Amino acid sequence: MPISRVRWSGNLARVTDAKMPLRAKVASSVSRTAAALSRAAGRGDGSVIGGWLGLKIDPELLAHLSAGRAIALISGTNGKTTTTRLAAAAVGVLGRVATNSFGANMPTGHTSALAKAGSTPYAVLEVDEHYLAQVIEATDPHVVALLNLSRDQLDRAKEVAMMAQLWRAALARHPDIRVVANADDPMVVWAATPPASHDQRITPPHVTWFSAGQRWHDDSWVCPECGSTIQRSGEQWWCTGCALRRPEPQWTVDEEGVVDPTGAWYKVKLQLPGKVNIGNAATALAVAAEFGVRPFDAVPRLGDVTSVAGRYAQVVRDGRTVRLLLAKNPASWLEAFDMADEAPTLLSINARDPDGLDTSWLFDVDFAPLRGRLVLITGDRAYDLAVRLEVNDVPFQYVRTFDEAVRAVPPGRLEVIANYTAFQDIRAELDRVN
Amino acid sequence: MSTETLRIVWIYPDLLSTYGDRGNALILARRAQQRGFPVEVLEVRSDERLPTTADIYLIGGGEDGPQALGAQRLLADGGLHRAVAQGSVVFGVCAGYQLLGTSFFAKGTQYQGLELLDLSSDRGPSRAVGELAGDIDARLGLPPLTGFENHGGRTHLGPGVSPLARVTAGVGNDGATEGAWRGKLLGTYSHGPALARNPALADLLLRWATGAQHLPPLDDTWADRLRAERRTAVATARA
Repeated sequence: MPISRVRWSGNLARVTDAKMPLRAKVASSVSRTAAALSRAAGRGDGSVIGGWLGLKIDPELLAHLSAGRAIALISGTNGKTTTTRLAAAAVGVLGRVATNSFGANMPTGHTSALAKAGSTPYAVLEVDEHYLAQVIEATDPHVVALLNLSRDQLDRAKEVAMMAQLWRAALARHPDIRVVANADDPMVVWAATPPASHDQRITPPHVTWFSAGQRWHDDSWVCPECGSTIQRSGEQWWCTGCALRRPEPQWTVDEEGVVDPTGAWYKVKLQLPGKVNIGNAATALAVAAEFGVRPFDAVPRLGDVTSVAGRYAQVVRDGRTVRLLLAKNPASWLEAFDMADEAPTLLSINARDPDGLDTSWLFDVDFAPLRGRLVLITGDRAYDLAVRLEVNDVPFQYVRTFDEAVRAVPPGRLEVIANYTAFQDIRAELDRVN
Repeated sequence: MSTETLRIVWIYPDLLSTYGDRGNALILARRAQQRGFPVEVLEVRSDERLPTTADIYLIGGGEDGPQALGAQRLLADGGLHRAVAQGSVVFGVCAGYQLLGTSFFAKGTQYQGLELLDLSSDRGPSRAVGELAGDIDARLGLPPLTGFENHGGRTHLGPGVSPLARVTAGVGNDGATEGAWRGKLLGTYSHGPALARNPALADLLLRWATGAQHLPPLDDTWADRLRAERRTAVATARA
């Protein structure tokens, strides 16, 4: 069993502005003020503008704010906001935890989260996968959790293998960081394993592997190490050309619960839907364990998490219980189908800048799980979805607006699965009326 | 058709399937089935031999590494060349289009292509990302091409091929022409599920494969709405 070694040494209480250079103090203060002004003006939660101003005044601000804190970074293509929320709840067993809970996951958001954290000794930060290397340099984290890597907004994002390479190089520069990584994702396993230890049968001592189930395999058929084909059988996978293979996970998911490295099983009762979130809970518990938190103490706190940045939130509207699920890329659509109940389902697709302008990925998603449900479609790019569903043999009904969708379904549950800006549009619509 | 069943081979989905390329196989299969043709779709991975007797071969898009690997394996396999010699249809998209030519660039290195089409590709000054539209070669009798492109390459056509289209929006081969065709071989930068937005192009491939002069029309309401919407979007962006 891996022992949770803690690297920081009890100096946590000394995180205060007094320790910072003057420039950093000013920057930190301006950052907090701007965030408060932004909130007061109704311009969002202020976490981006505040952090942006702070970093303008002192580019080293994030490093100053991180000094002396025990920090966990959580990154990956999918599940990072939810896992961050769950991990912050779990680490909360130890005391107050700073976190960027609004999903502001770039350095400006981290700066803002820490600037308002005062002397809070712990931080759990969600990190956009493109910024992980940079944020590792700035924050000197105690633990980094690597969730998964899959295709996401390919018209501008880095290809999956290149991202894995960036992660790997960053971690190789910091061999003292504890890593919690997904054993089911070949790209993640490769990224988490330092170049010196090609033999995957020897797990590097600082990596804790978890297995949370992986539905999406289409970005890891080619070995990132040697280019050979990766074979799969059941949950196992291995490269046919080199030693890269699935490491034995220490944390696993089983029967609505999580199994820890000692083999102890904990029932995990969440308010968040789906097996996917049990997997996220397992990851959160593994992260918290790196801080010395026992699963026994942390599990009850996970059940207190109700919604995450509006995701999974349920709103009653005209006798319909509307639940919002965010799905941004092929892998997360498969997860959303797992989370959604067998109920009338509205799918909404946009292709604005934050979504990626290209809708080709719709053909990477198999919508067959929706057959038999009443399916409605809307959004800027509903026609792309219509063509996709037609060839997928999923009958659907086109509606112009969210309101029309609500009226089109019988009283009861309405599941809504939407990509990023479509999700924000519907959230704003619900906030406006409720 | 070589047999009673229309056989569609999707070449190397493990390497060349980055942008919903599966869509082209799905669209072709569905449109053939709706016309009463029995269809078989084979996904042939890069560690498998390519069957030489299929009617339509699809090659999708991919990143540099997989593209170079795919070309090497296709050259070593030789099956696609035999199939083309027997009159099979080939539809290449993006990276799959480039590797049908004589050479292409990947990771800064020039690679030998399959030399099935008289064209060569190199690196352009910038990445071409966005909507792509063009008027298709009149001899093919198709409505305008609509698609989305995402590539760093530029393609130069030799005298042995004709451009698929004249570009009206986007970049395509070089800002003037887009795609190429010769006989029953056709390639385009309209990436991913190109046939979803161009059902008439799908039917052209089916006519080539089946020898049918005409195919009964299908209900393309949603594809037509999508095409009209994209046409408007491109026009609005230009205005």
